[in-house]
Amino acid sequence: MQSAEDLKKTASQVRRDIIRMVTKAKSGHPGGSMSCTDFLTALYFNVMDHDPATWTRDGKGQDVFYLSAGHLTPVYYSVLARAGYFPVSELGTFRKFGTRLQGHPSVEKGLPGIIQASGSLGQGLSAAIGTAIAKKMDNDGKNVYVLCGDGESEEGQIWEAAMFAAHHKVDNLIAMTDRNHQQIDGTTESVAGLGDLEAIWKAFGWEVIPADGHDMEAILDAFAKAKSLSGKGKPIMIMFNTEMGHGVDFMAGTHKWHGNAPSEEQCAVAMTQLEETLGDF
Amino acid sequence: MKKYTDKGKKDTRSGFGAGLFEAGQADSRVVALTADLKGSLKMDQFAAAFPERYFECGIAEANMIGVAAGMAIAGKVPFVGSFAEFVTGRVYDQVRMEVCYGETNVKIASSHAGITLGEDGATHQTMEDIALMRALPNMVVINPCDWTQTKNATIAAAKYDGPVYLRFGRPKVADFMPDEPFEIGKAYVLNEGKDVTIFATGHMVWEALNAAEALEAEGICAEVVDVATIKPLDTATVITSIKKTGCAVVAEEHNMAGGLGELIAGVLAASCPRPLEYINGKDRFGQSGTPAELLAAYGMDALHIAEAARKAIGRK
Repeated sequence: MQSAEDLKKTASQVRRDIIRMVTKAKSGHPGGSMSCTDFLTALYFNVMDHDPATWTRDGKGQDVFYLSAGHLTPVYYSVLARAGYFPVSELGTFRKFGTRLQGHPSVEKGLPGIIQASGSLGQGLSAAIGTAIAKKMDNDGKNVYVLCGDGESEEGQIWEAAMFAAHHKVDNLIAMTDRNHQQIDGTTESVAGLGDLEAIWKAFGWEVIPADGHDMEAILDAFAKAKSLSGKGKPIMIMFNTEMGHGVDFMAGTHKWHGNAPSEEQCAVAMTQLEETLGDF
Repeated sequence: MKKYTDKGKKDTRSGFGAGLFEAGQADSRVVALTADLKGSLKMDQFAAAFPERYFECGIAEANMIGVAAGMAIAGKVPFVGSFAEFVTGRVYDQVRMEVCYGETNVKIASSHAGITLGEDGATHQTMEDIALMRALPNMVVINPCDWTQTKNATIAAAKYDGPVYLRFGRPKVADFMPDEPFEIGKAYVLNEGKDVTIFATGHMVWEALNAAEALEAEGICAEVVDVATIKPLDTATVITSIKKTGCAVVAEEHNMAGGLGELIAGVLAASCPRPLEYINGKDRFGQSGTPAELLAAYGMDALHIAEAARKAIGRK
């Protein structure tokens, strides 16, 4: 289990991976990957009870993670590889023909750590709920984590799932929203006016924990609180307030890096702003 | 001609309910989910016997498919049930990604399919669902013909490891099939003939048997094949039969596009071209009426099947 200080170093390496993967593939989604890097790093290197060596797709006996916002594969693959699910060198195959690292997560290719295909938005929360219920039926005792985007929350299915999970008291579910306020066409408020997401989730009957998604101590505190609320009758939502493209000055705070790859030159500039800590792939 | 006796009119959806209960008794991994249609899907017996394995999802089908997929990933065998339209067209993207591409062991129980839904009218009379489900890689498509076959197909679906689309209907129809284990991927030759083959699926199988009886009186010997599994199609049986009889009718309670007729036409075109006539909904929506009225009006009853058979024979 990594300390907050170590997690910050790991997160820096993950951001390097993200930018280098997307640059090499000449496509992908770096902006949202960089907004959720810090708390996904905390999740995999500190919070979740998981073991890559014994991991199976059914998630039995372990905490499991669903990526509902499937386009965030750069951060997902980097964290999985760095956590030991598959060789770090494989990150260089991202989006290339024949790769296990498909543009959006695929189970067909058998990449360890991937529990479900995702990419068509709004669906992963429902699947995470299904697994959480199955874990309760089997007295598995573990939690299910799921990451949704804030733009993704415009999908109606998210709110079907929100209602269902509260009604069925799915209290071993810890969901996260990456509240970076950006989506492809602009800010979330300019595109669809999401409004007060914290209040909305509360109104649906969820425990809501707001947190700064770039402050590692705050992230660990939020997860600790979420775990303490697990098993108490309500599903849990951590609202991580973040910045799209966080960590590289020219990428931060704009929707323009939602789904665009940096040039080689831009990648080189970004590398000067992120410390290499674990060694590049 | 081989005689099939109607043991009494029963709805195929009740056959599903009976099969679900039996599958639930045999395997504790079986769970059932519905979107506010427990009664219509005949899940009552399962829900009463296994309340901890029954999940009411409310009128929210998209979430239901996802929840089922998540349960399947964790080792359950979920049956999700709703009307044909709402478990196919309404949730096509969810079925595509969560069930088929995601390779999850989800069974989609689809009731009230076809024009024989009757009085509810076109909004609910789905005749496009087979096309939609057939188009998805990894999906098995089963359209059983009566109560007994639906029950046994449900039990077989529970044992099969992978996505299954199980289609059945609302009205009470003849129950005539022997009570035997259902083989996924097998087309059942119900009556051997030499002049024409009638390939039928779902409620059309009984109509096809009635048509064969009428043709027999005219000295025409029709082979009747129950194509209970539409995907994967039993192409060997289809080709063997058509080579023997030399022409065919395909009868289905579905529109032309993407249905069994086009599927068999493709097999014939590739392997052994022969005259082929279609009985289906063509390219139309239905309307309110009784099942019998609608089958007659849309040209999908035994009389029309017999007429199509004569036409096919005439084209040899």
